[in-house]
Amino acid sequence: MANDPIHQFHLNKLIPLEIGGVDFSFTNSSLFMAVTVAATAGFMIWATSGRGLIPSRAQSVAEIAYEFSSNMLRDAAGSEGMRFFPLVFSLFLFILIANLFGMFPYFFTVTSHIIVTAALAMLVFATVLIAGISRHGLGFFKLFVPSGVPGWLMPLVVAIEVISFLTRPISHSVRLFANMLAGHITLKVFAGFVVSLSALGAVGIAGSILPMLMTIALTALEFLVAFLQAYVFAMLTCMYINDAIHPGGH
Amino acid sequence: MLVSAAFAATTEASHEAGHGAGVFPPFDSSSFASQLLWLAITFGIFYYLMAKVIIPRLSGILGTRRDRIARDLDEAQRLKEESDAALAAYEQELAEARKNAGNIAHEARDKAKAEADAKRGSAEAALNEKLAGAEKQIATIKAKALAEVDGIAADTATEIVRQLVGGSVTRAEIAKAVSAVTGK
Repeated sequence: MANDPIHQFHLNKLIPLEIGGVDFSFTNSSLFMAVTVAATAGFMIWATSGRGLIPSRAQSVAEIAYEFSSNMLRDAAGSEGMRFFPLVFSLFLFILIANLFGMFPYFFTVTSHIIVTAALAMLVFATVLIAGISRHGLGFFKLFVPSGVPGWLMPLVVAIEVISFLTRPISHSVRLFANMLAGHITLKVFAGFVVSLSALGAVGIAGSILPMLMTIALTALEFLVAFLQAYVFAMLTCMYINDAIHPGGH
Repeated sequence: MLVSAAFAATTEASHEAGHGAGVFPPFDSSSFASQLLWLAITFGIFYYLMAKVIIPRLSGILGTRRDRIARDLDEAQRLKEESDAALAAYEQELAEARKNAGNIAHEARDKAKAEADAKRGSAEAALNEKLAGAEKQIATIKAKALAEVDGIAADTATEIVRQLVGGSVTRAEIAKAVSAVTGK
């Protein structure tokens, strides 16, 4: 059905491609990843091309995004954490723009597929693990041994810390994925009510006002969620990076 | 008919994509490899552009602006210090000038006062001298007058007695009476 709320998450092969029996087709998801990257990088490069001492409007936008992300990382992980700024900034902008592109009708939402958010979360997890161990060696595992805990409680606390560390990529990715998925389904369901009620004649059209208002309100909410989830993802990335830099510091 | 057409398109599309109708697309593992590959390619390009072009550019822009602002603030601070120093020098000069003016005025006042004192002193001395002369003269005149009073009284008395009594009284007797009256 046209108003099937799941339909929007279907992948369509635009350029079929198969390597070694594995399907690597260029799909609508791939297209929107490419569009997101091209639009974002293109805008940032164009906006900063003037290198104005007094910024133009577009350059102001680029500068605000930069300062917002760099303050986020510096506050969470200190100035040493700035080595990871390209990662945080890329993640934040990629997710934010992908989420916002998803708000256009008929556009595909890249972040509504768990494999995408899981890959990004695993990227952060691997970065934290590799950076932490290469900086501190075995000292990185002090992360699991909080100071000031009585000895008899230590095994339990360490177990909890290890589990919470290992489940991080799951919560990190599912939070973004589930928010985008659920938001888009809800939006589609309420918008679908408007269409199906309108088909019932005058009474139905009058009745469709309620889901219409709901759809409008949800659209506004989804724009907020699109920004908020990008921010939360980037913020958590900053906090995990802080653990890689200051493993004993919590 | 629109609905069924769209449905047909959907089933066709999902059939084309090789998805089973029952699989929820985000959990369809057959699409994972393609999504991972294209995410790696696109996000890799994005990360590369960020790290090599966009971030250096933005940090350059912001750094230049920060330096410029710091330099301008330093310049403003330097100019302020200069103007403060100039103001201090001006005020010092003003204070000196005021002190000099005060000294000059004081000297002038002292000199004028001394001159006035000297003049007054001489004038007073002259006046005192004149006063003394005048007092002396008065005293002389008074003494002379007092000396003459007895004579006049005697003459007057002689005349009065002669007019009243008709007899003649000697001048010596009268003088004696007068001096008895005046207590001399």
